[in-house]
Amino acid sequence: MTDLDTLVKQFQQKDINAFEKLYAMYSNSIHGVVYNIVRDSAISDELMQDVFIKAWNNAESYSSSKGRFFTWILNIARNAAIDKTRSKTFKQTKQNLNTDFFVDIIASNDNLESKTDAIGIKKYVTQLGEKCKTLIEFLYFKGFTQKETAETLEIPIGTVKTRNRSCIQKLRDMVL
Amino acid sequence: MDIKAYIESGILELYVAGQLSEQENQEVYELTQKHPEILQEVIAIETALTQLSASASPHATDFNTIKNKISSNPDVIELKPKTTHWVAYTGWAASVLLALGLLWTLNTKNTLEEDIQTVTLEKQVLETQIEDARNNLANTKDLLNAIRAKGILAVPLDGQGNFDASYAKVYWNKGNNTIYLDAQGLPDAPKGKVWQVWSLTLNPLTPTSLGTIDNFNTDDNKIFAIVNENESQAFGITLEPEGGSKTPTMEQLYTLGVVNTAP
Repeated sequence: MTDLDTLVKQFQQKDINAFEKLYAMYSNSIHGVVYNIVRDSAISDELMQDVFIKAWNNAESYSSSKGRFFTWILNIARNAAIDKTRSKTFKQTKQNLNTDFFVDIIASNDNLESKTDAIGIKKYVTQLGEKCKTLIEFLYFKGFTQKETAETLEIPIGTVKTRNRSCIQKLRDMVL
Repeated sequence: MDIKAYIESGILELYVAGQLSEQENQEVYELTQKHPEILQEVIAIETALTQLSASASPHATDFNTIKNKISSNPDVIELKPKTTHWVAYTGWAASVLLALGLLWTLNTKNTLEEDIQTVTLEKQVLETQIEDARNNLANTKDLLNAIRAKGILAVPLDGQGNFDASYAKVYWNKGNNTIYLDAQGLPDAPKGKVWQVWSLTLNPLTPTSLGTIDNFNTDDNKIFAIVNENESQAFGITLEPEGGSKTPTMEQLYTLGVVNTAP
């Protein structure tokens, strides 16, 4: 059993310290995903809190056989953020959602200077090809299906999988 | 199994991104348990992606906000279910009260409806009684008017022989050839018998039947209007067998009265 498995088990048994550790591990990532969808700092703060509280309250419904713990929270976060963008009040205040992708946010993110791997990631996104941008944006940040992604990029659905791997492979080369 | 080819297929990237079906997730999970290389690959992909998305976050967020929101304090957690129960119990109690209230209301409604029916019936009965009383009054007025009319001859009929206690009165309106017989002083006719009224001329003694009073026993005021076109000099009442007789049975003559022709 890995450390992560143990941590998740403790989290499911309502261990607040385990929760805090998991939060430290994933909160920035989840925040980034949510922010990329709603593009509002205050709203994404609020949403991310909701997401983690929801995860805490429904902890027993997670099972490692269903996927990674991070993936589980990622799904909750994407759904919450997308629901938010569909809500009436959100539509009224955010008529023109920025069409920028995650790469633009990262490229212009001043906050990154303090983070490790920041330079690598910034370099990575500036070098990233259009297809990779769309693939990662859709499959990972927005949670679109492979079919939707394939249709937008006008590539065969089988290609989505391999192309996506090579895009992420480049990222790994930069940050690890 | 070719682990390298499996890794190269790109399925693990989709696994971390949450793009696989429930069944595929299960399969990947089982493989990660069997093959450490696959698990390592998954962790590497996850690390890269979490770092990438963390870079899209404009600022860090504090755990304390969440900590306060979920109220990690055990005492507070203890309280939570209690509150829920209290609310639930209150809810149930309220429903039960509501149900009882509804039943009570329904019951009251039914009782009231029955009361209304009873009152309606009583009202109808009273209305009928009032109607009857009005009719009676009208009849009595008519009778009184008839008896009081000008030119009426009053003929008292006295009890005869053994029937001394019997009496009757005839009010004769010659104008419309009608007599009103007030037979209150006669007993009810026994079964199989009937009262028969006679008009008599005295010289010679000739009885003419004015008919039988078939409804005597059931009549309330015992006053009967009878047509009489005869030049009667006296009136008599006898008890006859049902259907009446052609000539009066003198032994059964109860009352007799002579018309006083003197003005």
